[in-house]
Amino acid sequence: MGQITLKEVRKSFGEVDVIPGVDLRIEDGEFVVFVGPSGCGKSTLLRLIAGLEDTTSGRIEIDGQDATRLPPARRGLAMVFQSYALYPHMSVKKNIMFPLKMAGLDRDEAERRVANAARILNLTSYLDRRPGQLSGGQRQRVAIGRAIVREPAAFLFDEPLSNLEAALRVNMRQEISELHQNLQTTMIYVTHDQVEAMTMADKIVVLNAGRIEQVGSPLDLYRAPANTFVAGFIGSPKMNLITGPEAARHHAATIGVRPEHLEIVENGPWAGTVGLAEHLGSDTFLKVTVAGMEPLTIRVTGERQLRHGDRVTLAPQAGKIHRFDADGKAMA
Amino acid sequence: MARAVSTRRKSFNTAAAWSVAMLLFFPILWTILTSFKPEPQAVASPPVFLGFDWTWQNYIDVNQQRDYLRFFLNSVIIAVGSTLLGLVIAIPAAWSMAFVPGRRTKDLLMWMLSTKMMPAVGVLVPIYLIFKTLGLLDSRTGLVIVLTLMNLPIIVWMLYTYFKEIPGEILEAARMDGAGLKDEILYVLTPMAVPGIASTLLLNIILAWNEAFWTINLTVTDAAPLTKFITSFSSPQGLFYAKLSAASTMAIAPILILGWFSQKQLVRGLTFGAVK
Repeated sequence: MGQITLKEVRKSFGEVDVIPGVDLRIEDGEFVVFVGPSGCGKSTLLRLIAGLEDTTSGRIEIDGQDATRLPPARRGLAMVFQSYALYPHMSVKKNIMFPLKMAGLDRDEAERRVANAARILNLTSYLDRRPGQLSGGQRQRVAIGRAIVREPAAFLFDEPLSNLEAALRVNMRQEISELHQNLQTTMIYVTHDQVEAMTMADKIVVLNAGRIEQVGSPLDLYRAPANTFVAGFIGSPKMNLITGPEAARHHAATIGVRPEHLEIVENGPWAGTVGLAEHLGSDTFLKVTVAGMEPLTIRVTGERQLRHGDRVTLAPQAGKIHRFDADGKAMA
Repeated sequence: MARAVSTRRKSFNTAAAWSVAMLLFFPILWTILTSFKPEPQAVASPPVFLGFDWTWQNYIDVNQQRDYLRFFLNSVIIAVGSTLLGLVIAIPAAWSMAFVPGRRTKDLLMWMLSTKMMPAVGVLVPIYLIFKTLGLLDSRTGLVIVLTLMNLPIIVWMLYTYFKEIPGEILEAARMDGAGLKDEILYVLTPMAVPGIASTLLLNIILAWNEAFWTINLTVTDAAPLTKFITSFSSPQGLFYAKLSAASTMAIAPILILGWFSQKQLVRGLTFGAVK
């Protein structure tokens, strides 16, 4: 079981409210991603759940039990750190076995669980090495191994992939997703990378300045962002947010159109000039300057032979315009 | 690119380094040489450097007059005892200062260090009276306590510096893995800090071994360590330089040997964290 509830959880460091008050319910077996720009409080929120930071006020419940004042060791959660945080003086085997030793598990059962974790994570041939003799990806696997052996109520991941190179990151992302499929244990994953959030999460929690901006499935957030912050944060490239007369024409303070929902058409309503063209092969990203509007980004599939200075006219796809009021909130 | 250093330059540097080393070592060498001189030659003017009548007589006399082993044992007990006791107190203290610092931690560290700036003789009378009342005068227990207190600031400072180098996330990982405070310090922090703890241990044994002010003033016979052994030869019957030198040589020999064998550890420990 791994059902976690936050009620009015608040955290301040001195005068500064890092988390001004968060309510959140995480269901058993869910893969939840906390995402937001750096300094938005997502790591702090994770550390509050872990018990590594004390809550200033509010209540944290794990499986219905009040855990607000429990020390981290007694919350039954496992954590994977950004820096891996392996014990450098212990072999891989001892690292993975450490939580079992702390739990007072008998030696045979501990050996069996370590062997099992090593097999799942392809670490069997490295068990006698020290962390210093491993590559970044292997170290990350050891950190995950150390987390899974104790069969925790939930896993907490604090930006676990940010120290890995790009290709390895994609692999590990899939491995963690598969691990979740196999274990069906609650996972809370913190990242600033919205691609990780979109690809891995059952539920995304978008945080900004310590507040929850929106909670929902990746596609919910993509289709119906609750406000301009979420609209700009989820999706890549970013949604075009347009203010001024064009927004007023749609009876809104701001309108948003995703780059993939803008098309180059003959005699479209928005005429502009191509600024920058990025050719990725599969896609082409164009920056287009339209008079009286913010610069727009357009995503067109395939290769398009457009250059700097070319004149184009654009049209948003029908029904793909998001409207926001003066406070940035989505309008029906 | 490696900086080119000419042979002449190298020889000069080597010669300069040796000169400084010899300058520092000369008093010790002179003590050792004097310990092998007959008493008249020890005070001869002009001094005799090597061309004297080498003799073991001073060592024989010293050993006949005093029980070296008893002083030696006292020194070992006091130096090792005060250092170990200091470590037991300082490891948790340095842990809390390094990993859960409060607003006053820096001030506290400075204040601890400032106690070392006061001349020891300034508190001799109160401490002497306290020891007298508690019956700790001329006892090993008393000396272990006073030397622990004297060296505690240095032990805490050294450990604090080493602990600062250990990433806090590793200790947090231990906490997440179910380790209580005791397990965290015992299984994670201490093994990781072993090089630092070892050099702290060595340096403090040396400092405690050489400590002369308190050991001389607070002991008479029972708890007297080697420092007292030396001073007992600068006696009322007059100065016997050769015997005094023999006693000094015997007193510093053990710590010199310990230092020689652990020099790698000492240097490594003292430069720990200086280079990443």
